Amino acid sequence: MSVSGKVAIAGVYEHPARWAPNKTENQIMAECARGALDDAGLALSDVDGLFAAGIGMGIMGVVNLAEYLNLKPDYLDGTNIGGSSFVAHVSHAAAAIHAGMCEVALVLYGSTAASNAMAIGTGMGSGGRDPHGAFVGPYGMTTVGSYAMVAQRHMNTYGTKSEQLAQIAAATRFHASLNPQAKMRDPIEVEDVLASRVISSPLHLLDCCIISDGGGAVVVTSVARAKDLAKKPVIVQGCGEAVCHQEVGTPDLLTVAAKQSGEKAFRMAGLAREDVDFCTIYDSFTITVLVTLECLGFCKPGEGGSFVEDGRIRLGGALPVNPDGGGLSSNHPGMRGIFLVIEAVRQLRGECDGRQVEDAKIACVHGTGGILGVSHSGATLLLANEAG
Amino acid sequence: MPKEIEYTAQPYDWETRAYWEGCGRHELVLQRCRDCGAVQHRPRALCVSCLSDAIEHFAASGRGTVHTFTVTNQNGLPAFREACPYVLAYVALDEGPQLMTNIVGCEPAEVEIGMRVVVEFCDVEGEAGEGAAAVPRFRPA
Ligand SMILES: [Zn+2]
Repeated sequence: MSVSGKVAIAGVYEHPARWAPNKTENQIMAECARGALDDAGLALSDVDGLFAAGIGMGIMGVVNLAEYLNLKPDYLDGTNIGGSSFVAHVSHAAAAIHAGMCEVALVLYGSTAASNAMAIGTGMGSGGRDPHGAFVGPYGMTTVGSYAMVAQRHMNTYGTKSEQLAQIAAATRFHASLNPQAKMRDPIEVEDVLASRVISSPLHLLDCCIISDGGGAVVVTSVARAKDLAKKPVIVQGCGEAVCHQEVGTPDLLTVAAKQSGEKAFRMAGLAREDVDFCTIYDSFTITVLVTLECLGFCKPGEGGSFVEDGRIRLGGALPVNPDGGGLSSNHPGMRGIFLVIEAVRQLRGECDGRQVEDAKIACVHGTGGILGVSHSGATLLLANEAG
Repeated sequence: MPKEIEYTAQPYDWETRAYWEGCGRHELVLQRCRDCGAVQHRPRALCVSCLSDAIEHFAASGRGTVHTFTVTNQNGLPAFREACPYVLAYVALDEGPQLMTNIVGCEPAEVEIGMRVVVEFCDVEGEAGEGAAAVPRFRPA
């Protein structure tokens, strides 16, 4: 009864802009819609399901977006669980399509985070002026600070080293150097990461994602419909979602939502970790990638540090991670989940030229939303091409 | 020498009032369920372990262990910018729950995971219904 194998991604588009002060967020989303529908060989009039989330999208956000696009879809989903939202939107769309609620779903994101000078990492973590936020608000928590506390705990528990986190930043920058659209393309080495200033110990500047403008779009439809469209379909084989929070005061900071959502997705897909050819993983910070790899089951808890050494996660390695250059180097317009899906699809179609993962058949996509160490969501997708 | 963080009165509602009123008395107040015995933090109107209404409050020892921490060197918010570098931490109380807090009373470089700490309270301006009268933080025991 699961959606595994029933639904496909038929179109994707990543907005090329990294700095777009002269565009509105709706405009970016509409340009992305045009790109992804062109990619699929579909028209706006084919769309009967609309999915979107955004930092500035309030209670009526997806309704206002429908008006902007002059769409009257049969199915609306404005789920906002942070940067992972768009990964979750693909699984929600898959369920809706499989259930016959809609047939062509359009997932959209657009943001001018950089040109709005949004200080995501160091200017907006501290909690609201409300009774719930009061347990965090007084203490000067930043977004990077909370992730840094996860990193510190990981180092203390398992002996993980800053050099190992830096390997993730260096590998991701290497991938960005091969991506003409990436914002930061000059290669860096482990020593460069360690020499960059400490923002919140133990995380350095180059352990942190960049901030850019940008947007993206994904078109989801049934496998039957996708077979007649412009591009080879990429099949949704498994999906899962999860949440982690403060519980009743006793959270395990090193077990992130990827553990629960990943187990669900792999079980649904009937796939093993060894079947996966590459990953796209939300890389807000280097530590995010390390604990996500552990919790998705690609290595044991505590082994993430050694797992990312020796080029394993670089192109050409056993499990390339974020071949587009990720949020650490390519783009990070506030919420990045949609690009995880887009890059996985481009790789599975073999469209990635110099950064192509050789013989890519199965991708594991994992988005994290919110803040590790405080509360966060996780959404996992397992995607495959016809060879997978 | 960086300035210390200047705490402000924190907003509360009736579910969190006992915690902040406890802070005003310089007591760290946690919740316990009279039916199932579960200790919970943050405070809630009922026990989410068994959904009982029979919640009671008790003063914790105020002692705990640094579970993890970070030395914050950059914070763009004016209230915290001048206090950098400062130590943000989770302290695991001896009663179980972890609290986000600041560690003071030693150099940031001296803080380590596993360090024993004890609560102290910073009195702040504020009246009942408008905010807490004190904010808890920790120093080496
Ligand atoms: Zn109870």
